[in-house]
Amino acid sequence: MPLVKNGAFEDDKWIVVEDDADLPADKPVILSLTRWQAERDSLIGRNAPIAVKLASSEAPDPLETDLDRLTMVALDFPAFKDGRGYSYARLLRERFGFQGEIRATGEVLRDQWLAMSRCGIDAFIVADNVTLEMFDAAISELSLVYQPTGDGRKTILQMRHGN
Amino acid sequence: MYRYDEFDTQLVQERVAQFSGQVARRLAGEITEDQFKPLRLMNGVYLQLHAYMLRVAVPYGTLSGKQMHMLAHIARKYDKGYGHFTTRQNIQYNWPTLKDIPAILTDLASVEMHAIQTSGNCIRNVTSDQYAGAAAEEIDDPRIWSEIIRQWSTFHPEFTYLPRKFKIAVAGMHTDRAAIRFHDIGIEIVAGKDGKPAFDIFVGGGQGRTPMIAPLIGTAIPADDLIAYLEATLRVYNMNGRRDNLYKSRIKILVHAIGADEMRRQVEEEFAHVKEQGALALPEAEIERIRAYFSPPAYETLSDTSAKLDQAMSANKAFANWVKTNIATHKQPGYAIANISLKPVGGVAGDASADQMDVIADLATAYSFDEMRITHEQNITFAHVKKDDLFALWQKLEDVGLGTSNLALITDHIVCPGLDYCALANARSIPISQQIAECFADLDRQHNIGELKIKISGCINACGHHHVGHIGILGVDKKGTEFYQISLGGSADENASIGEIVGPAFTEDELVGAIENIVETYLSTRQTDERFIDTYRRIGKDPFKENLYATR
Repeated sequence: MPLVKNGAFEDDKWIVVEDDADLPADKPVILSLTRWQAERDSLIGRNAPIAVKLASSEAPDPLETDLDRLTMVALDFPAFKDGRGYSYARLLRERFGFQGEIRATGEVLRDQWLAMSRCGIDAFIVADNVTLEMFDAAISELSLVYQPTGDGRKTILQMRHGN
Repeated sequence: MYRYDEFDTQLVQERVAQFSGQVARRLAGEITEDQFKPLRLMNGVYLQLHAYMLRVAVPYGTLSGKQMHMLAHIARKYDKGYGHFTTRQNIQYNWPTLKDIPAILTDLASVEMHAIQTSGNCIRNVTSDQYAGAAAEEIDDPRIWSEIIRQWSTFHPEFTYLPRKFKIAVAGMHTDRAAIRFHDIGIEIVAGKDGKPAFDIFVGGGQGRTPMIAPLIGTAIPADDLIAYLEATLRVYNMNGRRDNLYKSRIKILVHAIGADEMRRQVEEEFAHVKEQGALALPEAEIERIRAYFSPPAYETLSDTSAKLDQAMSANKAFANWVKTNIATHKQPGYAIANISLKPVGGVAGDASADQMDVIADLATAYSFDEMRITHEQNITFAHVKKDDLFALWQKLEDVGLGTSNLALITDHIVCPGLDYCALANARSIPISQQIAECFADLDRQHNIGELKIKISGCINACGHHHVGHIGILGVDKKGTEFYQISLGGSADENASIGEIVGPAFTEDELVGAIENIVETYLSTRQTDERFIDTYRRIGKDPFKENLYATR
């Protein structure tokens, strides 16, 4: 499925590797949290980039001290109504200061992209029929925000009080 | 009351455009009903038994005359000429067509109203005390803090897909008219050490299949930390609330499972992080900006006694009865709080016709500084009426069938829509309420019985608040027949309690007799000036039960 990153389509170079499969040499891989934790010491020496995919039941706290080793964190949304990943994204960005890609996978629908991007998600696996026009329209439908998040958008409160 | 600035206005208009686009995609068949469902639910559009239902937000129940006129207009133009005021202080329209909803939302936006977050698993419309700004013992005006919470919770990007819906209520004093202990978060304003308002935060109350009274989790949270504390609580819930079972996904189940102490520990840990980041600290300038919208209206300097009122009361017994039940004490000399009952005998609790809404709007403009409040008990409050004006107000209410003198009496029920409208219901609620009201219609009898709150739900989801009724009635389905289970001793105020089921359920034919039997037990046992709920608490369930089932 297509990948939209920072508002543009991008080739998805990442390979999802199952827990019992061998790692392809010199390829960027997406691993489970379990595998990362089990093989952390040997994985650190690897040359190719590593990403960890968090299930919606896995909070990002165990990754806090490892984030400088990771190029990407993928958050799984098994159903659109499972909203735990929104909190995980904000923790990764705003509390743990993660600068790499945060990718949304799973049931990631048009009317969620805006909230996801506000929470710090910058890459989206989307349905095949999605166009960039559709994506741009969806994330700019609401141009004003009340809540400060890590996306840096000026809030209504800040506009009101001139700062 | 609060008025939108250009930012609030623009955001609501953008939301109208966004939702109109979603409706257009549905009508064009670009998305299926399944895909449309989560979208419409974010905007208060439900599919009921017979039609779509639209729920419009009335933030903390407050409306201007102009806004009430617009609600009347919508009822007339897009519905069947009436609307239903709900326990969430909102209004529901039962018969709009989907294609009209964008036009309805455009009309609403023109008077600073919307249907945002009136459904869905998000933070719902904030509710509050209908006597805000008028009650003498108030520590601070809860509307200020409700409005601050409204803005923070509107399109909150992190809390749009919570495990389940989330309801917040704010009371400005210890006396609780907003049922705060039965909300996901209930906030009681207390006096802070610095002379500023502070907040006691109750977390994990609710009704439904598992009624719970919320424990106190946060104590005297300072004013500028309120939003940080709420964000911390919501984050703990969003990450840890159950998502595997619809019936166990409210925050009350989480609080119950881990215990209040562990909940408090987790919230405090998260709160410390959020505070450290600092982005949510409320600037004094914003608190004062919002406070200014709720400054006291321009009261006249009056004597607290009104010869005009006294004279009208002695000349007109029906008016005197109305004053006795529907009027409450105001902090300002010469003023009173007036309650309009939406519970006429034979009517549908909470319903008002478009014509009635227009009259109510005009009367609020004329007699209560152009402002009114919908109450969670499905009535309407005029918060600031001159005592001199009460008789004129009541006469005009009487003209349109709104002068009913039964506030908090045995015919003033909370009633869910029940099987007449709702797809979830097991039994009818509205006809049950009507039968009870007809039985007790005699006003002298009602006054003799005194305060007695009956609350009726047509299924276990408890939209009719039966758990907190002094007498609660729950409709159940037994092999295709409607039965009604009675509970006693519930209360939603500051002395919160959950009603106890008294015994086996009754058929519809038996029910009114059962209620009369319970009332007889009360009347024959009560001590001087003792309310039903106080008698129940003194003597317990057994005397009621013995009399109720003696002849079965």
